Amino acid sequence: MTSLPRNAGPVKLGLVIDLDICVGCHACAVNCKEWNTSGHSAPLTDSDPYGADPSGVWFNRIHTFEVVNEAGDSRTVHFPKSCLHCEEAPCVTVCPTGASYKRQEDGIVLVNAEACIGCKLCSWACPYGAREYDEDVGVMKKCTLCVDKIYNENLDPRSRAPACVSTCPAGARHFGDLGDPQSEVSLLVAARGGYELMPEQECKPVNRYLPPRPKRQTPAVDSGAALQPATPEGEAAGLLARWVDRVLSR
Amino acid sequence: MHPAKSVILFTTASGAGYGLLAWLGLLAAFGVLPSERWFGLAAFALGLGLVVTGLLSSTLHLGHPERAWRALTQWRSSWLSREGVAAVVTFLPVGLFAFYWIVDGTNSDTLAVVGLLASLCCLVTVICTAMIYASLRTIRAWASPWTLPSYLVLSALSGAVLLNLLLQLWGLPHNGAFAWMAAALFILAGLVKVLYWRNVMYGEPAGTAESATGLGPQGRVRLLEAPHSESSYLMQEMGFRIARKHAEKLRRLTLLGGFLAPFVLIVVGQAAPGLGSLLAALASLPLLAAGLAVERWLFFAEAKHVVTLYYGESRA
Repeated sequence: MTSLPRNAGPVKLGLVIDLDICVGCHACAVNCKEWNTSGHSAPLTDSDPYGADPSGVWFNRIHTFEVVNEAGDSRTVHFPKSCLHCEEAPCVTVCPTGASYKRQEDGIVLVNAEACIGCKLCSWACPYGAREYDEDVGVMKKCTLCVDKIYNENLDPRSRAPACVSTCPAGARHFGDLGDPQSEVSLLVAARGGYELMPEQECKPVNRYLPPRPKRQTPAVDSGAALQPATPEGEAAGLLARWVDRVLSR
Repeated sequence: MHPAKSVILFTTASGAGYGLLAWLGLLAAFGVLPSERWFGLAAFALGLGLVVTGLLSSTLHLGHPERAWRALTQWRSSWLSREGVAAVVTFLPVGLFAFYWIVDGTNSDTLAVVGLLASLCCLVTVICTAMIYASLRTIRAWASPWTLPSYLVLSALSGAVLLNLLLQLWGLPHNGAFAWMAAALFILAGLVKVLYWRNVMYGEPAGTAESATGLGPQGRVRLLEAPHSESSYLMQEMGFRIARKHAEKLRRLTLLGGFLAPFVLIVVGQAAPGLGSLLAALASLPLLAAGLAVERWLFFAEAKHVVTLYYGESRA
C-alpha cells in the first residue's frame, strides 16, 4: 500500500549530518556502495565502470558548496546527501504499484523490487534526488538506512549503524531515533540548531543537518618588521648589511 | 526534465483519442450524432486507435512493462494509478457507446446516456493524466494551476480537429458549426498555453540553492564541486537543459504554426464550404500535430526540477 502509514509509530530513524565537521572525503558514499551492493537492494549496478563513460547507482552523494557571506568571506561546505526518510514522503504516495512504502515501525522508506515497474515517477516526486534508477535491473533503488545492518544481530552492537555512519572518519554523521526528543541525536539537533532541507516542499524529512559553526574571528595579523624588505636607508638594516649593500651595489 | 519520446507520444495520442471520443459522446448526448455507419466506424477506430497507441507507448519507458497491471492498485494515493484505472474503466462505456451507435443504431435515448457517460469517463482520464504532472511540487512549471487546463483544452482541441476532418470528409450536417468550434478551441488553446508559459517565465521559484542546502542564513550559495565527475541518472533525467536555450523560439513556433496557422486555414476554409473547408480541415491536422509535438516536448524539456539546485542551479 503506497498510502503513508495511518498510525505511524513514534520511532523515526534517521541521520544527523554535521556540516561543520564533514571534510568531504566521500568515505561514507564509498562504504554505502560497498555495503549495499550486497545488501537489501543489491546490486548497485555500475555500467561501463572502467570505461570512458562510467555511471552507476549510488545512494549517497557528497556535494561541495561555497558560501559567501555579506562581507565577501567565503567558506567551503561539504554536503553529503542521501534519502531523508520523509514523514510525508511524496515518493511513496505517487507510486502506482505499492512498491514504494514507508515502514510503520521505524519510518524507513523502502522499495519492494519485486513490485516496482520502473516508471521513475518516485524519482520525479523526490525533491532531494534520493532515488536512483537501476537501468540494468529496471527498478528504482534508494538508501535503505542499512535496514539489513542496523537490526543485524550477527553484528557487534556497535556496528549496528548505517554503513555511512560507521565509516565516517571525522564523526560527522550520527544515527538514531529522531522521534524521541531525549535521544542523543535529538539532543544534538536541539543544541546545534539542526534543520531540515527544503521545508517549503512540505515532505517533513526526518534527517537533520547541523549548520557550520560561525568562523572564529581571528584578528588581522601584523606581519611586523621582520617581513618588510630590507632597504639600505631603513633603520631595519644594520650597519653590516648597509655596508654589504653598498659594496655589492658598486 | 528528460523529454522521453514514449511519454510525449502517450500524452498527445491518448489526449487526442480521448478528445475525439468525448466529442462523439457529447454529440450523441445532444442527439446530433450522425448515424452514418462508416463514419462511426472510422471515428471509433481513430479514437480508440490513438488511445491504445498512447497507453501502450506509456508502458515503453517502464523498466518492467510486464508488471504494468500492478499500477492499477494504488488509486487511493497515486494519480498515475488513478489514470490507469480511469483508462481501463473508460473502455466499458466507450464500448457500449460504439455498440449502440454502430451496431444497434436504433435506441437514441440509450445512445445519449452511454454517449454522455463515455464522454465523462474520457474527461476524467485526461484529468488524471494532467494531475500526474500537476501534483508534483518538485517541478514548479508543472505544479502551476495552468497544467490541468492545458491538458484539457489541448485534448479537446486535438479531438475537435480530428472530428472536424471526419465530418468534412463525409460531408455530414453541422460540419460548418463544428468547424467554428474547432477554430474557437485553437484560440482558447493558445490563450491557455500563453498563461502557462507566463507562469513558467515569471512565477516564483520553488526553491533556491540557499533553501535547498539550508545555508542561506550564512550567505550566498554556489556549487563548488559536483558529487561526481561523470553524468548520473539524476542528471540525465532531471538535468535536461537544451530546451531552455530555445524555449522562446519553440513557444512562438507552437503558437504561430501549431495554433494560429490552422485557425486561419479553418476560418478561411469556411468561405468555401465543401472543398475549401475540407482542404482546410486536412491541412490543420499535420499543423496541429507538429505544434503539439513541439509543445509537449517543451512541456517536459523546459521544466526544471528542484534537485538541480544541488547540481549548480541557483533557482528552480
